[in-house]
Amino acid sequence: MAMRWKNTLKESEATPESAYLNRRQLMAGAAGMGLIGLPGIARAETLDPHPWEDITEYNNYYEFGTRKEDPAKNAHMLTTAQWSVKIDGLVERPGNYAFEDIMAKMTVEDRLYRFRCVEAWSMVIPWNGFELRDLLELAGVQSAAKYVAFETALRSDEMPGVAYPVLDWPYVEGLRLDEAVHPLTIMATGIYGKDIPNQNGAPLRLVIPWKYGFKSIKSVVRISLTDREPPTSWNKANAHEYGFYSNVNPEVDHRRWSQASERVIGGGLFSAKQPTQMFNGYGEEVASLYKGMDLAVHY
Amino acid sequence: MVTELINRATRRIPTWSVYVIGLLPIPWLIYMAQTGGLGREPIKGLEHELGELALQLLIAGLCITPLRRYAGLNLIRFRRTLGVLAYSYVSLHLLVWLVLDIGVLSQIGTDILKRPYITIGMAGFVVLTPLAFTSNNWSVRHLGPKWRKLHKLTYLATLLGGLHYVMLAKGLQLEPLLYMSAILMLLALRIRRSPRNQAA
Repeated sequence: MAMRWKNTLKESEATPESAYLNRRQLMAGAAGMGLIGLPGIARAETLDPHPWEDITEYNNYYEFGTRKEDPAKNAHMLTTAQWSVKIDGLVERPGNYAFEDIMAKMTVEDRLYRFRCVEAWSMVIPWNGFELRDLLELAGVQSAAKYVAFETALRSDEMPGVAYPVLDWPYVEGLRLDEAVHPLTIMATGIYGKDIPNQNGAPLRLVIPWKYGFKSIKSVVRISLTDREPPTSWNKANAHEYGFYSNVNPEVDHRRWSQASERVIGGGLFSAKQPTQMFNGYGEEVASLYKGMDLAVHY
Repeated sequence: MVTELINRATRRIPTWSVYVIGLLPIPWLIYMAQTGGLGREPIKGLEHELGELALQLLIAGLCITPLRRYAGLNLIRFRRTLGVLAYSYVSLHLLVWLVLDIGVLSQIGTDILKRPYITIGMAGFVVLTPLAFTSNNWSVRHLGPKWRKLHKLTYLATLLGGLHYVMLAKGLQLEPLLYMSAILMLLALRIRRSPRNQAA
């Protein structure tokens, strides 16, 4: 198991195997510790991180093309130097926050998360990142704020996919504030301890492990605090199939396919599907956020 | 002049060789799927490649008549071959979906009924089936004029195939729309030619 990433990374870049194994067992359950206070080890389960190639060569990032291999092929065109994130709206300290300045103030952690795509495939990804909550605190959230809106970079000279209106560019996403400040919600800046590759959303992207992958917006350039539910790209494109919440839910099908099961990437030609877990397996941590809501309506 | 040369050259090509060439992608695709050439989700990859080939063959079949009418290119001998090959690929595409992709019998039925793009794809397969089974000289002789009428269903089947592709793509993707426009153009050519046969 552990051999997989050792093979794909240079020795100097790889996380020491023993450290990784320990952390892996911890992290699988540790995510909810902050909330519930249970020792994470009690729910330990073995999560096998996917190899670097699976994670970085099988991507949806339509700004670089709609085929899964397009982003890995085209995303090198994106310049991530001098990146900054505009934080505005209902915040105390609006402005352009330079990526380096953000990183200097954030605590980067390892988070081994299941990743479930709305297209019914899944991977396990060892992210590195910081909690979105900390970044929002940096800007100071005003009490009137209820939602957080996100925007992806839009650069037609660096993103060949945007020449065609697959979606209404720029890509936008949004969360309710309580979802955004949840300890599981991170801004990822790395994978396997390396800088996050462009095709995975460099230099920083959102990761919300209990929601379908498309909510985890990539290459974020703007974060706005609002008092109204912000528009989201897939919801604008096809509201029947992509709700605002988009929580992983095996009981609520996508219109065109069942969400009851998923195919784990890398299983080959004869791999069986595995059952999908409610909230992608993070129900213990996040189900309370949706208490009293009908998830078939607020899908 | 050129068309005459092509017509003369293709007259010598036996149709069985077109079958052989047309079926070569199958072992190739299986090899690719096994060795990672079809990407990290080889089941989906195989399914898509087979479906796309089927659609391409159906479209190629629709090109034969206009090519003869407007360019004087006579490839009518290969029309049946293309049709039968297309049906083989549609069947394999369906088989991969049934066995490798879904696998659960109860879900297959629900999917066909519940998901319009699958319903339409299945309808396309159903429409093509009698055509494939009557693609032989015996049927042509015995059905007489009915054979021509029956085989106009190719138009419907290709249209359903194109629609199936447009509907399954996430977002407004270019490729399925290109296929669909090709199909619509090829069908439009026929409508203008014989307005009385529009229904077919």
